Amino acid sequence: MYKFLLSTRYLKTRFIALASVISVTLGVATMIVVNSVMSGFSSQMRERIHATLGDVMVEATSMDGTDNPEQLLSDVEALAGQYIEAVTPTVEIYGMMSFRWMGQDIYRLVTLVGIVPETKNQVSPLAKYLMSRQQIKENDVVVREPLRSEDSPLDWSLTKEGLEDRASWIRAKQFEDFNRQLNTPSVTQTTPPSQNLGAASEFSLEVGGTPKIANPDAPDLADPFASAAPAISHDPEAPQAARIYVGSGLISFPFKERETGIAKTQYMAKPGQDVILTTIKAGQPEPAPFKATIVDVFKSGMSEYDSNLVFCNLEELQYVRGMLSGPDPTRPHDNLDWKKGAITTLQIKLKDYRDAAEVVRRLSQGLDYKYQVRTWEQKQGPLLEAVAVESAILNVLLFLIITVAGFGILAIFYMIVVEKTRDIGILKALGASSRGIMVVFLSYGLSLGIAGSGVGVILGLLFVYYINQIEALLSWFTGRKVFDETIYYFHEIPTVVHPSMVIWVALGAMLIAVLASVLPARRAAALHPVRALRYE
Amino acid sequence: MPPTRTIPMTSAQPHICAKALDKAYRKGEHRVPVLRGVDISLYRGEFLSIVGSSGSGKSTLMHLLGLLDEPDNGEVWLDGTRIDKLPATTRDELRNNVFGFVFQFYHLLPELNLLENVLSPLMIRYSFLQYWRNRKELREKGLEIIEKVGLSHRLKHRPSELSGGEMQRAAIARALVGQPSVLLADEPTGNLDSRTGQEIMTLLHKLNTDDHLTIIMVTHDDAIANQAQRIVRLSEGRIQALGEAA
Repeated sequence: MYKFLLSTRYLKTRFIALASVISVTLGVATMIVVNSVMSGFSSQMRERIHATLGDVMVEATSMDGTDNPEQLLSDVEALAGQYIEAVTPTVEIYGMMSFRWMGQDIYRLVTLVGIVPETKNQVSPLAKYLMSRQQIKENDVVVREPLRSEDSPLDWSLTKEGLEDRASWIRAKQFEDFNRQLNTPSVTQTTPPSQNLGAASEFSLEVGGTPKIANPDAPDLADPFASAAPAISHDPEAPQAARIYVGSGLISFPFKERETGIAKTQYMAKPGQDVILTTIKAGQPEPAPFKATIVDVFKSGMSEYDSNLVFCNLEELQYVRGMLSGPDPTRPHDNLDWKKGAITTLQIKLKDYRDAAEVVRRLSQGLDYKYQVRTWEQKQGPLLEAVAVESAILNVLLFLIITVAGFGILAIFYMIVVEKTRDIGILKALGASSRGIMVVFLSYGLSLGIAGSGVGVILGLLFVYYINQIEALLSWFTGRKVFDETIYYFHEIPTVVHPSMVIWVALGAMLIAVLASVLPARRAAALHPVRALRYE
Repeated sequence: MPPTRTIPMTSAQPHICAKALDKAYRKGEHRVPVLRGVDISLYRGEFLSIVGSSGSGKSTLMHLLGLLDEPDNGEVWLDGTRIDKLPATTRDELRNNVFGFVFQFYHLLPELNLLENVLSPLMIRYSFLQYWRNRKELREKGLEIIEKVGLSHRLKHRPSELSGGEMQRAAIARALVGQPSVLLADEPTGNLDSRTGQEIMTLLHKLNTDDHLTIIMVTHDDAIANQAQRIVRLSEGRIQALGEAA
């Protein structure tokens, strides 16, 4: 009983010890805040990575992919069908994208991903990262409401606004081309301006798929493959057969308005506009250029993806790369079926992600050596690992801070024991055992730890809860945006509080407080009563 | 007040006795002998005072009798049992149950109020649960003893808010609350003026006569020592004289 009474009394009367515990409090609060923000960031990042990848990826080791997707699909179904919820085929290939902006050609290196939207969206939630489905905010002001509802089926159609933009873009394009021809007389000599006007929807770069037929000078030339050439006259208003979702980072750049200092994003291309994509044919090292219409902008917040990925309709990509041809050679874009062509990757969504290891094992054992089977985490291993290592190191460092606080407690405890020497002698004279004295000081340490980490937990959780308000306050105070949306892509600072993390941190801090009091407590217990009583 | 012998001479066995106690302290290289073969024995209900100048070893003798320290040689017996070589926990229990200590500088715990200070031996004696179950009864006991020493009006005061006499009375109450059979008082009046000191002495006498409490009191003041029934005079670690109090 006296142990309890004395340790609580010491807690109440020794403010210096409470001061030493403030460092524990701050350490605990910092650890909770840092961990919450870091796990918030990493869970957002994982979600975004996951948005472009399936749970499990079956990748062909060859860039040309497999010719027989149906066989692959049935093999996968047979090997791990019971775990699988959805499967989507993709073709992944490097490419280059170019488009005109402000009178200059912009080139971008991209990764082209041919997808089937319906199944792709079942495998990973791509739809919600398309900007037509997002509310667009600029500096906390809603600039545009979503153009479509988030759960409308994913397809390659343009929105109404997209079609309008396309019409005005084509008019501007025609005007620009016309101007250019007027200013470059050497070109007007070889080709009459009227023809160039007619071909105004063409890009300055001549394109492989459709160019020759646009030239009316040689329509009667005996081309042995004339019948095989596509006979459609392209309606310039209609979007191209190849449609793409383009990563927002590829067609935009952030800038700061000089007068206001407000961060804004400048888009160089819009949905409705055409771009030229150049990729590589399968089987032979030849470039395969084609035109595609942007139908939507993809913004996941993972800059690695947003400034790299271009999602294209699978069949068109297969067609362009020569991996697939339609049943009717005169109408090459009709009735394409990806199952007849080649694919490079199967993305699989599992019913339960915990089965991933088992599925990977089954598939990598059962499938041909031509395929590599990985989970999305393994595919993104280095990045995820880096984040994990970073947070581990941070935790170690922060815990060291708490340990430093522990030494503070140790020093102050020693002081208190020295100060209490006579009281310890009295307690021993009254019959308290050495163990009892030790318990007094250990439980004093523990109660300091509990008080310190308890306050720390409360402070930390409050900070996490109000982190965005605090950020706003700091921004207002310093006049600078502390958390810049344009850099991090997050509208708000993401936080995730794992209760287990909070408990571990609090327990760790308490343990350190107790450990720090062990030495002084042992000293107190070992004090000889007579010497303690004589102590002045 | 004429001295009245109340010692039951029929009792064959002394209540507490020391046999040939030797004790030395180390001061650096040197071994400083403090007690050199002290024999002493007390019957139940006796009031003994140990007198001697500073450094004569009187406090050490009291510490040895009260099991606060271990003798280098010699034995301490309580009711026919040797107690000086017992294990630490048993000696702790004996200190708690058999002995009550009163010190010159009162030695109250500054963090606790008077009532808590008085109850502290009971808190040490009982575990948390036992204490909690009997808290009303134990509190009553504490209040009763505080009443006896006349401090009922000071229950919630901290030691720093009490006068010297009050503190010493509180210390006596604390020593008595565990119902010890021996009260060991180390210069109980040493830090008090003569009038307050006399009050304390009156209180000790009252306890001795009314409750038959065995009291061993250490003092250097002959006037105080003479109020006891029996005096042991120590000099340089040896008993110089045994005498009846005047």
